[in-house]
Amino acid sequence: MLKHDTIEKHVGLMVLLIILVISGGGLAEIVPLFFQASTTKPIEGLKPYTPLEMEGRDIYIREGCHVCHSQMIRPFRAETERYGHFSTANEFVWEHPFLWGSKRTGPDLARVGGRYSDDWHRAHLYNPRDVVPESKMPSYPWLFKNKLTGSDTAKKLEVFVQFGVPYTPEQIETAQDEVAGKYEIEAVIAYLQSLGKKHSVYSNKR
Amino acid sequence: MSPFWSAWISIITLGVIFGCTALLLKTRKGEVFKDATEETTGHTFDGIEELDNPLPSWWFQLFMGTVVFALVYLVLYPGLGNFKGVLNWTSTNQWEEEIQHANNVYAPVFAKYAALPSEELLKEENRAGLLMGQRMFANNCSVCHGTAATGAYGFPNLADKDWLYGGSADTIKHTITNGRTGSMPAWGSVLGEAGVRDMASYVLSLSGTADLDAEAIARAKPQFQALCIACHGSDGTGTQALGAPNLTDKIWLYGGSYEKIAHTIRTGRAGSMPAHKDLLSENKINLIAGYVYSLSNKDK
Repeated sequence: MLKHDTIEKHVGLMVLLIILVISGGGLAEIVPLFFQASTTKPIEGLKPYTPLEMEGRDIYIREGCHVCHSQMIRPFRAETERYGHFSTANEFVWEHPFLWGSKRTGPDLARVGGRYSDDWHRAHLYNPRDVVPESKMPSYPWLFKNKLTGSDTAKKLEVFVQFGVPYTPEQIETAQDEVAGKYEIEAVIAYLQSLGKKHSVYSNKR
Repeated sequence: MSPFWSAWISIITLGVIFGCTALLLKTRKGEVFKDATEETTGHTFDGIEELDNPLPSWWFQLFMGTVVFALVYLVLYPGLGNFKGVLNWTSTNQWEEEIQHANNVYAPVFAKYAALPSEELLKEENRAGLLMGQRMFANNCSVCHGTAATGAYGFPNLADKDWLYGGSADTIKHTITNGRTGSMPAWGSVLGEAGVRDMASYVLSLSGTADLDAEAIARAKPQFQALCIACHGSDGTGTQALGAPNLTDKIWLYGGSYEKIAHTIRTGRAGSMPAHKDLLSENKINLIAGYVYSLSNKDK
């Protein structure tokens, strides 16, 4: 007979019961997602990031862009009217780590690609208030000074191959040449302009 | 979802709910201890004793309440594998209903103005349509052109009467729909640095700037007539078909100081306005075009 006393006095039994209870949520909610086509199969026609976009993505992470900008359009009219089609899991299969973010100080960027010109991004990242006087986004002037060496670009692609992203050996071989000597700003803009443009299943039309 | 994973989810979910309930009931002290007593567990430490009381009934009932809530929820909403829930709810369905509802409410209001020519939108009775255009402008265009459409460095002012590509209603609509790509070539290597500086003086002189080096202007004039007139015209008033700006007014997209103009001549400019045909519906473009048109035609 399972008594309160018994559980309280046998630490091992208590640990076992606690593990049983708290693992239930993860086992039922998370584990099955590892085996569903809707979360593991990339959306039709998905293209991997080019080496330059990949470097831009890493700068996006380094500068903490994801802290203020989400990349996750939720299925609400207010969001799809502003940002385009809602995000789906199969768009993020090759994202390691995903950059969904958890709060929006600035707008969502999941489909920002093509919405503004390269020049605008340049002006905006140099000093956001030059183009949007109301903005409270920080300036990123060093992106215009720092240059990429590309010394670990190929390695990054190789790691992504292990994650299942189909980079070819030729792409990995030429990766460094593609980014070396470019300014960081070019990489960031290439990445931003690619967001939402990596497949053409959803229309961005609102 | 395969039957295996469906069963996996269902069994674990229900197992945890019923398992916790069973554990609670099993370890409950039962009716004997329904009311608080003075009995202790018999365990003492440093003279401190522990009362052996049952769970407060409000706590127990709250817990049972969460169990009932969970079970009702799992009947109504999708939670148990492939079981869709009796409400047949999905987030996509909910979104579609929301869109449908919005269409029912807004479409008739929208339809009244959506296809109106820009000239008509200016009329007082169509003010609501113009305001719709203004809201959409604020949402989609103000990031480059400013909330008052007065532009920024490199992004044209849309509220004045100076147009790069023309300010007719049709041209504005065309610009929004298909975008624009400016292409002023770099003349630095052709003119040389001295030539660039002479040309900057000449360009400044076109808009009536005084106190310029007359010799520099004289040197640059034949060069301007040879190299620049194809786009900017022999009198420098520009060509809207090419998006080549008028150089004889005091309106400068990339700055009108001597140094800025020299820089523009030296390195060229390639401003670009993204095409919106894949971003906005034709009706929305029409309303935004109407609003932009209204900014420089308020007096009509």
